Amino acid sequence: MREYELVIIGGGPAGLAAAVAAHEAGLRDILILERDNELGGILNQCIHNGFGLHTFQEELTGPEYAGRFIEQVKKLDIPYKLNTMALDLASDKTVTAMNRENGLFQLHPKAVILAMGCRERPRGALNIPGYRPAGIFTAGTAQRLVNMEGYMPGRKVVILGSGDIGLIMARRMTLEGAKVQVVAELMPYSGGLKRNIVQCLDDYGIPLKLSHTVVDIEGKKRVEAVTIAQVDWKNRPIPGTEERYECDTLLLSCGLIPENELSRSAGVEINPITNGPTVNESLETSVPGVFAAGNVLHVHDLVDYVSEEAGAAGRRAADYIAAGCRVEEDYKALPVKCENGVRYTVPVAIRPDAAGENVTLRFRVGNVYQNKKVAVYAGDACIFSRKRPVLAPGEMETVILKTSLLKDHPEAQGITVTLEEA
Amino acid sequence: MEEKNLICINCPLGCPLTVALEGGEVRTVAGNTCPRGDAYARKELTNPTRIVTSTVKVKGGKLAMASVKTAADIPKGKIFDCVRAIRDIELEAPVAIGEVVLADVCGTGVDIVATKNVPAKG
Repeated sequence: MREYELVIIGGGPAGLAAAVAAHEAGLRDILILERDNELGGILNQCIHNGFGLHTFQEELTGPEYAGRFIEQVKKLDIPYKLNTMALDLASDKTVTAMNRENGLFQLHPKAVILAMGCRERPRGALNIPGYRPAGIFTAGTAQRLVNMEGYMPGRKVVILGSGDIGLIMARRMTLEGAKVQVVAELMPYSGGLKRNIVQCLDDYGIPLKLSHTVVDIEGKKRVEAVTIAQVDWKNRPIPGTEERYECDTLLLSCGLIPENELSRSAGVEINPITNGPTVNESLETSVPGVFAAGNVLHVHDLVDYVSEEAGAAGRRAADYIAAGCRVEEDYKALPVKCENGVRYTVPVAIRPDAAGENVTLRFRVGNVYQNKKVAVYAGDACIFSRKRPVLAPGEMETVILKTSLLKDHPEAQGITVTLEEA
Repeated sequence: MEEKNLICINCPLGCPLTVALEGGEVRTVAGNTCPRGDAYARKELTNPTRIVTSTVKVKGGKLAMASVKTAADIPKGKIFDCVRAIRDIELEAPVAIGEVVLADVCGTGVDIVATKNVPAKG
C-alpha cells in the first residue's frame, strides 16, 4: 500500500474542507478515507436549504454545499477511498482500514485529521419505557430513508426531542403526507434553531411541547401509540399530565454524540463535556500530529463553521508536516477555563507562540441567558468583552481573540471565558 | 384593526412580534428589538415565501433519488401544490446540480432544479 503524509478519516464536510485547506497550504500527499459510497457525509441527506450563507454568501441545500467541496477535492486531484472503513488508529498514527479492493491495510502517515463526525443518541441511551416494536427511528435515519432511499418510515408520527434534525423531519414528513402530531422536548427550551421552529413547526401547525417526555410506547410488532407527559424541574414525569397519541412512528431527535472510537484507541484525551478530543489552538489533540475538526470535535449547528474549523485543522496539519513534525515542548500553554454558564470551549489550551494572528474560541452556554456580556480574561486582565442580548445552548458562540493581546500579558497563567452582567 | 403575533427568526433572540393590520396592510410592528424584525414581520404578513426542497426518483442512476429545490422562494400557500407536482417527476440519470427538472412549478414562474449530481449506473 502506498503511504501518505496526511490521512483524513472521514469524507464529510470536515474532511473535505480539511483536505482542500491542507492542499492550499502546500501539502500534496493527502488521502481521505470515507466509509460511505460517496463523499459528502451527512450533507447528502440534508436536502433542505440554509447551508453556506457564511461560506458562499448564498443559501444552498446540503448536497449542493457538499458538491462545492467535492468539486474542489476532485479539481485538486486529492485522492480518496470510498467504501473504506477505518478500523483502528494507533498512538503512533498507524491507521488500519479495510475495503473490498484493498482488503485489510495499514497506513503510516505523519499526521492524521479526525473528521468522523457524530452520530445520534439512540433509544437505548434514552431510557424510554415501553415495548420495543418496529417504527422507532432516530430522526437522521428517517431522513436518510425519505431523502436518499425513497421510503416513508410511517404515516402518523410523534417526535421526541426538538433538535434541528427532528424539526426538519417534522416538516419533511408532513410534506410527504404524514401527520406529525406533536414534538415533545424534555428541556424547557428547544435545542433547535429558531428559524427551524417557525418554518418547520409553526408553518404546519405542529405543536411543540416543552418540558415533556415519552413515558410509554405501545405496540408489540409496530408502534401503536405513544404517551407523553409533562416533567417537573428534575425531569420527572408529573402524574396526571399524560397525553396518549395513536401513531405508527416515533422519531428521536435527542442529541448527537461525537464518534470517537478511533480517537480513544489512539489514546487521544476526550473532553467529558463535548465527548470530543481536547485540542489546543492548532486543533491538535493530546497525541502530537493528530488533529480534529467538525462534529467529531464538538457538535456544531452550522456546517459553515465546520468547514472553517476543518480548514484551520488542514492548514495546521500541513504546517506540522512541513516543519518536520516537531513537538514544541518549550511553548507555554495557557489552559482555558469556563465559568458562569460557559459549558466548554474549543480549544482547551492556547499556546500564544504557536497561534497565528488570531485564535478562534468556540463555546456553548448551559442555559438560556439574556442581557449578558461574554468576557475573556488573560490572568486577571479582561482582553475581550462583547454584549449578547441572548445566549442559548442551541447556538454556538464564537470569539476571535487577537494573539497579540495574549502576548501583552506574559504574566497570565491561564485564560478564562465567562458570562457577566451586561 | 386586526392583530397578529409571530416570532422573529432573524436571530436567537426570537422577539415576539405583535403586528397591527388594517385592510391587509401592516400599520405597526411592535416587540422587535431591531429593524430586521420590522422587515420580517411586514414580509411575513403580506407576502410570505419559502424555498421548497424535496426529492425525485431517478432511473438508471448510481443513486435511487435526487434532491431538488425551487430555484427561488415561492408563495407559502403554494408549498403543498408544489410538493405534489414534484412527486410525479421521474428523472433519467445522469442528473446534474442546477438542471431544471420542472419549469414554472404551479404557475409560480419558478423552476424546480436538481441539487444533486447523480451519475448513470455502470
